[in-house]
Amino acid sequence: MSDPAAAVEPGVDVHVHAGIGDPNAHHHSPEQIRREMKVYLAVFAGLAVLTAVTVGAFFALKTFPVRIAIMVALIIASIKGFLVAAFFMHLLSEKKVIYGVLILTVIFFIFLMTLPVSHHANPFGS
Amino acid sequence: MALRRQIRVGSQWMYADEAHKALREALRVMEDEKAAEAHGGHHLPWIRRYVFSTDHKWIGIQYGFTALLFLLLGFCLMILMRLQLGWPGQAFGVMKLLGETRAPGGILLPEAYNQLGAMHGTIMIFLGIVPLAVGAFGNYLVPLQIGAPDMAFPKLNMASYWCYFPGGLIMLASFLAPGGTAQSGWTSYPPLSVIASQGQTWWLIGMVFLITSSLLGSVNFIVTIIQLRAKGLTYMRFPFFVHAQFVTSFLLLLAFPPLEAAAVLQLMDRVAGTSFFLPSGLVVSGQALTNAGGGNPLLWQHLFWFLAHPEVYVLILPAMGIVAEIIANNTRKPLWGYKSMVFATVFLGFMSFVVWAHHMFLTGMGTTISAFFQTTTMIISIPSVIILSSLFLSLWGGSIRFNTPMMFALAFLPMFGIGGLTGLPLGLAAADIHLHDTYYVIGHFHYVVAPGTIFAMFAGIYYWFPKATGRKLNDFWGKVHFWVSFVCINGIFFPMFAQGLAGVSRRLYDGGMQYAHAKQIASQTNPFMSICAIGLLAAQVPFICNFFYNAIAAALGHRDEGLGSNPWQATTLEWAATTSPPLAHGNFEVLPVVYRGPYEYSVPGETAEFIPQNMPLTEPAPRGGGLLPATAVAMREN
Amino acid sequence: MDAHAHASVGHAELEIPYNVHPRPDTGLYNGKLGIWLFLASEVMLFGALFSSLILLRTGAEAWPRGYEFLNVKLATFNTFVLILSSVTVVMAWSHLRLGDLKKGRIYISATVLCALIFLTAKGFEYSHEFQEGRFPKTNNFLAIYFTMTGLHGLHILGGVIVFLYFLGPGAKMWAKEPERYTNRIEIAGLYWHFVDLVWIFLFPILYLM
Repeated sequence: MSDPAAAVEPGVDVHVHAGIGDPNAHHHSPEQIRREMKVYLAVFAGLAVLTAVTVGAFFALKTFPVRIAIMVALIIASIKGFLVAAFFMHLLSEKKVIYGVLILTVIFFIFLMTLPVSHHANPFGS
Repeated sequence: MALRRQIRVGSQWMYADEAHKALREALRVMEDEKAAEAHGGHHLPWIRRYVFSTDHKWIGIQYGFTALLFLLLGFCLMILMRLQLGWPGQAFGVMKLLGETRAPGGILLPEAYNQLGAMHGTIMIFLGIVPLAVGAFGNYLVPLQIGAPDMAFPKLNMASYWCYFPGGLIMLASFLAPGGTAQSGWTSYPPLSVIASQGQTWWLIGMVFLITSSLLGSVNFIVTIIQLRAKGLTYMRFPFFVHAQFVTSFLLLLAFPPLEAAAVLQLMDRVAGTSFFLPSGLVVSGQALTNAGGGNPLLWQHLFWFLAHPEVYVLILPAMGIVAEIIANNTRKPLWGYKSMVFATVFLGFMSFVVWAHHMFLTGMGTTISAFFQTTTMIISIPSVIILSSLFLSLWGGSIRFNTPMMFALAFLPMFGIGGLTGLPLGLAAADIHLHDTYYVIGHFHYVVAPGTIFAMFAGIYYWFPKATGRKLNDFWGKVHFWVSFVCINGIFFPMFAQGLAGVSRRLYDGGMQYAHAKQIASQTNPFMSICAIGLLAAQVPFICNFFYNAIAAALGHRDEGLGSNPWQATTLEWAATTSPPLAHGNFEVLPVVYRGPYEYSVPGETAEFIPQNMPLTEPAPRGGGLLPATAVAMREN
Repeated sequence: MDAHAHASVGHAELEIPYNVHPRPDTGLYNGKLGIWLFLASEVMLFGALFSSLILLRTGAEAWPRGYEFLNVKLATFNTFVLILSSVTVVMAWSHLRLGDLKKGRIYISATVLCALIFLTAKGFEYSHEFQEGRFPKTNNFLAIYFTMTGLHGLHILGGVIVFLYFLGPGAKMWAKEPERYTNRIEIAGLYWHFVDLVWIFLFPILYLM
């Protein structure tokens, strides 16, 4: 007989990942955890390389317009940030609730970055 | 469908098999407890029980008392302001309380008037309403309404009260600073606030404490609502109050940090000599400032209003939640348009982050940006209208009980209506040119907050007092409190629209008397409004007496024996699943299981007049009618 | 532990459901959701400062370039150190999940060490700036530089205090509730990664642009 109390909330289901970086790894085998540790070291190497690239690009782009240098630096920083978030913070396999909170935050972050400065593009009298 | 056997456990009906499982667990726990007791017991010392409590109900009461005291203080500051506005330049004995520097001979100085204005706003919003609406009502009710034993992080809850209280004390201490307290408006616009006297620094430090308190609290609320809701309590079975608190917590979480950053920047400007907000070339009292310059006062305004606009929805949403609960209960029918109300609330919360520059229409923005913010502001009025309309429509066909909480809740509807409608011209850039920084604005926001939110707070106090204490507040004096407050509050704020349209600016210590164009209307309306303010103060006396009399009686153990745990015959879990007051430890004898929506009043085809959320599904509903089964059984037994 | 059947009687310490084991439908334990919410608010906090930087810089007639006088080499070194500390903390958590408290403590200590190196380097940087007569009040670039790196440094200090607590008095929890302790390290680690993430953006924006 169906238990009416067992209603499941729409839109939320449980992820059971047997993959890398699963945060709720209560059932993870030691081998999986050791595999994850190897991934962390690989990510570390990537981050170290990208840091060197950041500084290198900075020197290489000294003669370019500032806007290009800023864009390149931000792109590299975003890649590094993605690596930290996706692997160290295991965001790649996080739950929907967390994604929801973060997407909302990113949207508001974009408002905060863009709207105050927009008055430069549209000063009084224009 | 075979009927599952039900038995009564404590104040709830449960399916027998679930109840047996729960009772076996309870017995095991009690054995543990007895064993632990034998080893010296773990009763909490007084300081852990009443001062540094981690019980959400007691923390809610702490917030409630503190916030009500601050509200009274903020109100008294306003009375002093209204004395000055009604009779500018006159000496008043009570003014002498402010001391000789602020009110020599009992005549209020303009600088002191500014201090009162800035602190009235700050205290009412940050020390009064938000702690009351969220800290008190939210803390007390949310775990109960979702069937949780406490908040997700009880110690964090305690920490958030103990950030609020010192923050409040720092704000109060700012009155003692040389040069007086903050006097640049609750909005603290630079450059004025940067060059202001020491009190402003204390204001900024106090704000950091208060913001931290809100942040800790909001994390707690969101985790509690998502993670600790009872079995069977899906999102669309939440009482509307829980939805309101949920969205409010997101607003606090994501909108407050920019103000915290801005407060740090202003502190740096004031204390470390930076120029975040100070443009170059400033001259103060004939002397050029020696700072580096290059700052932007608009930066403060953007960061401030990024919070302060969502903040106004923080002020109104819990109030709407309270009114919704009381209306559903006292019309004996479900809310009309519950689903639309929920989606409107979520949409409102989201939009509130992208309308803030409607407070800045007159700062020199171009037409494109003005049009953008004007559009988003008009859009955000839609969910407000949906919610208010749904509440109005919920009255249709209802079997209305006109008790005191319902009176306040009913009054909320047109009052918030006036407040909301008068906001529309302010949201239109062209009209705002005329109305910005006039008394029209003051009238608008006070209508939403004072006969709006505060009336909802009163409604909530009268409604949930029996849950927290086991006693009802006296209904006659409640109605006296209501009627006198209602008349006086309209008398104070309605003329403000006329004053604003006539061009009386806000924050003028003589209420507009210095302006030839405004002198007549100012002199006609101000004294009347001030008399109404004094009347409003007098109207609070029966409430204060009623409240303390019954609170003290309850504390001394004089419960109202005939009241029962569900005196309003309500369906939501805080009434239906636990005692009044709830169990000190863990709220529920057994954590409830939810089978129904939040407002099963007068359900067609059922014999019961109301069905609590945790009543199991049966065909038909248990006999005994609309009385709580415990009461029904008691009646049968008698 | 079946939270629904659990009756609340008279414990001094109330048992909150889903403190350690995740709630089935959300897949989260309470602390995990809590820390992500807190990090969301921190995004908005640092975001406000980034927004201030953008507003001030785009509105300024002249804006000094950080690399002209700031110590880029030291900051690069600091970037490596902080990234290393992120690796050590995630290694610590992995070892705790494997049940190895000893290795976990070693890696947590390594994290604290990296953090202290970072703060020391920062201290050298600041004192050098002060010696050269560059203070927050000197110009708006320096003002925002000191404010952002200062706030970031305070966050590092906060993390150090938390990790020291888990190495010290907090470690008692491992004996009774190892899973809860591991969760706490995971949560502290998430906070730590966020602090690293902020620096990953602060470094090029302040020093290289």
